[in-house]
Amino acid sequence: MRKILGISAVLLLVVVVTALVTPAGTFLSAYNLENLLRRSALFGIIGIGAGLVIISGGIDLSIGSIVCLVGCLTPWLIVTLGHSPWLVVPALLLVAAALGFSHGMLVTKLRLQPFLVTLCGLFIYRGVTRGLVSDRSVGFANEVASLRAFGNGRIPITDSFALPAPLLVLIVVAVTASLLLRRTVWGRHLRAIGSNETAARHCGIDVDRVKIGAYLLCGLLSGIGGLLFVFDTNTAQPSNFGNFYELFAIAAAVLGGCSLRGGEGTIIGVLVGAALVQVLRNAIVLIDAIPKDIEFAVIGAIILLAVVVDEALRRTVAGRKG
Amino acid sequence: MSDASGVIEARAVSKGFGGVVALDDVSVSARGGEILAVIGENGAGKSTLMKILCGVHHPDGGEVLIDGKAVSLASPADAFGRGIASIPQELELCDSLTVLENVLLGREPRSGGGFLDRAAGAEAASSALAEVALDVPLDRPIAELGHGQRQLVALARALGGHARVLLLDEPTATLSATETKLLLDRLEAMRADGVAIVLITHRLAEVEAIADRVVVLRDGAHVGTLEKGEIERDEMVRRMVGRDLDEVLEEEKQLQEVRLAVSGLRSSAHPDPLDLEVRGGERVALAGLVGAGRSELLEAIFGLRGRSGSVEVDGKGLAPLDPHAAVEAGVALVPEERAAQGLALEQTVAFNAALPGLFREAGACGWLPAGAGNATASEVIDRLGVRPADPSLRAGDLSGGNQQKVVIGKWLALEPGVLLLDEPTRGVDVGAREEIHRRLRQLSSEGVAILFSSSEMEEVLALADRVVVLSDGRICGILAASEASEEGILDLATGGGRR
Repeated sequence: MRKILGISAVLLLVVVVTALVTPAGTFLSAYNLENLLRRSALFGIIGIGAGLVIISGGIDLSIGSIVCLVGCLTPWLIVTLGHSPWLVVPALLLVAAALGFSHGMLVTKLRLQPFLVTLCGLFIYRGVTRGLVSDRSVGFANEVASLRAFGNGRIPITDSFALPAPLLVLIVVAVTASLLLRRTVWGRHLRAIGSNETAARHCGIDVDRVKIGAYLLCGLLSGIGGLLFVFDTNTAQPSNFGNFYELFAIAAAVLGGCSLRGGEGTIIGVLVGAALVQVLRNAIVLIDAIPKDIEFAVIGAIILLAVVVDEALRRTVAGRKG
Repeated sequence: MSDASGVIEARAVSKGFGGVVALDDVSVSARGGEILAVIGENGAGKSTLMKILCGVHHPDGGEVLIDGKAVSLASPADAFGRGIASIPQELELCDSLTVLENVLLGREPRSGGGFLDRAAGAEAASSALAEVALDVPLDRPIAELGHGQRQLVALARALGGHARVLLLDEPTATLSATETKLLLDRLEAMRADGVAIVLITHRLAEVEAIADRVVVLRDGAHVGTLEKGEIERDEMVRRMVGRDLDEVLEEEKQLQEVRLAVSGLRSSAHPDPLDLEVRGGERVALAGLVGAGRSELLEAIFGLRGRSGSVEVDGKGLAPLDPHAAVEAGVALVPEERAAQGLALEQTVAFNAALPGLFREAGACGWLPAGAGNATASEVIDRLGVRPADPSLRAGDLSGGNQQKVVIGKWLALEPGVLLLDEPTRGVDVGAREEIHRRLRQLSSEGVAILFSSSEMEEVLALADRVVVLSDGRICGILAASEASEEGILDLATGGGRR
């Protein structure tokens, strides 16, 4: 818990500052908060996938392209080609999980570097998607409205405020992932592998199987994310749907305390990290003084600042101990 | 104990690495309830033998037997499952996990469905820790423990599987005297319980103290076995080196002008201003207990650690925190942690050996001519007798003593005027130590000023012309070689000396 105190404080600070500097009735409006929660939940789901792989000591750069693949092929198969959604949705989730599984196999059995494997994935899946749908925008129009509720549904709390449906999905995913990580043998082995792979191997842990599991879950969560994103937006443009999402997911995980060296990280931390990134993006839109065009520059600078401050604090504490 | 003979046995095993024979037709066997020590110089094949016994390497020839039956060990995990636990030289613990998680790693109690049985886990972990007499909270992150405690955690893990065979590779190399005593006590207790223990160590005093039998390896061959009554230091050294160690021939001393002058130095580890001079041709030792500020002093002089006061080399002042200027002024620092600070383990010997001097060979814009550094590399290998003498090997594949030779050699290639060494022979065997000492003596006869820290009294007394004793970052005594003794140094270091 200690480790996410800092990042939670930053989140709180950004929320308070944004609330104070934006015109009344914008940032804190029910509509905006609901939207913010929805975006945070969606990015939280793919962030958890990124977090699991990062904890294993790896990295997954293909998340955004799997979001694109599933997000574009779902309306394409259902609406354009007329297949049953009850077939399409499970099939695409299976494909996403299989892609993650193949990353895991390449990383463990062929000993390829995760960066390389998933970088190739990033190119391939987007290319394949653009080819399949002829690089044209796809959408649901008015079809499968009930299914789309998973992405764009609202659960009214008060007259004006409603909880977004993806938040419920996130809660299920986060609780499951947390239990996996903290209460199962697999989770403990995952952290051990990220911390010291040789040690884990020598203790008789089936390192390959555990790692493949992490990549598989990341692929599956990217697929779930892709579904929910397209349910929410209704249309998807294959050339840019899910662009940079892997980077937002990785940023959420790292901000939330997952060390890129592996072994460290918590699910709750990833959620706080995902929320922080989304609040920042929201703040940039709402604060007139910040030109929208420099959104990425602002986000990059703030993440860098947070990481630097975190590292500095850690050194001060370590220095005092020594 | 019915099955007390030959629990584990290596029969005529051989192993080569790319044309280099590491082990040649070696047979050893350890019985239950005995401590078998394996000694030998660096590169003699000790670690290779251990890695074969615990399933890291497969022998090219010969076989491994457990309880008299030939087995093929697929991996350390496989060996562990058959009751063979091993504690390698570089401890294999997961830093971001807790004590409990490390102790149970790989055999966590389960409560079904892949879930952890946390109550059973806590119980198993505390009983494992009790067995090695370690008292730390189970939820403490392992990174917060000291060396000795980490060693005990590794031991607790090794024992948790009810091992019948325990293999240890230099377990005491990084331990203090108290921690060593504790560990050796545990090993004796385990021997009493009937465990077969194979202990690789450089510390012959330990061997004398606890070993029941000693196997001596030299250049990959089994050159002798000493039974209980024959275990005696000089005999062991003779077998390891293959000849009597030359008595040290102290060359004529001709002290020259001051090459390193430190005055009024203070740093975070040195509260009081500190003065020190080393002349050309002189070897000065920094002695003291752990935490006395020896390494920190070397780092401050070299510029790795902030300081005030002045440091002059051959009359020219050095700026603080500027190691590059120190190198250019002719200062070299050979660090203590050779793996972490001294070598790029993934790179070749040639790459490492040539690294410090590379800037001298660079042309315009830092362009390196083809083959830059090759000459330096072969010179380093030649001068220090690095074995195997192959510049294209990965540094990480060399034995510990040979890695240390590369670390020292790469700095010597720069022909420094002032040589700083932090524990020059820690974890290095007798033969390599003699070789390194001989080389250092030769350097000082060539006029190099040498300042080294060492926690081994033997080394301090054998090598130093003067001994500077530190305690709590202060100089508490300077002894000439003629008046230095182990008791005298310890007395000063522990603050008991005349003030």
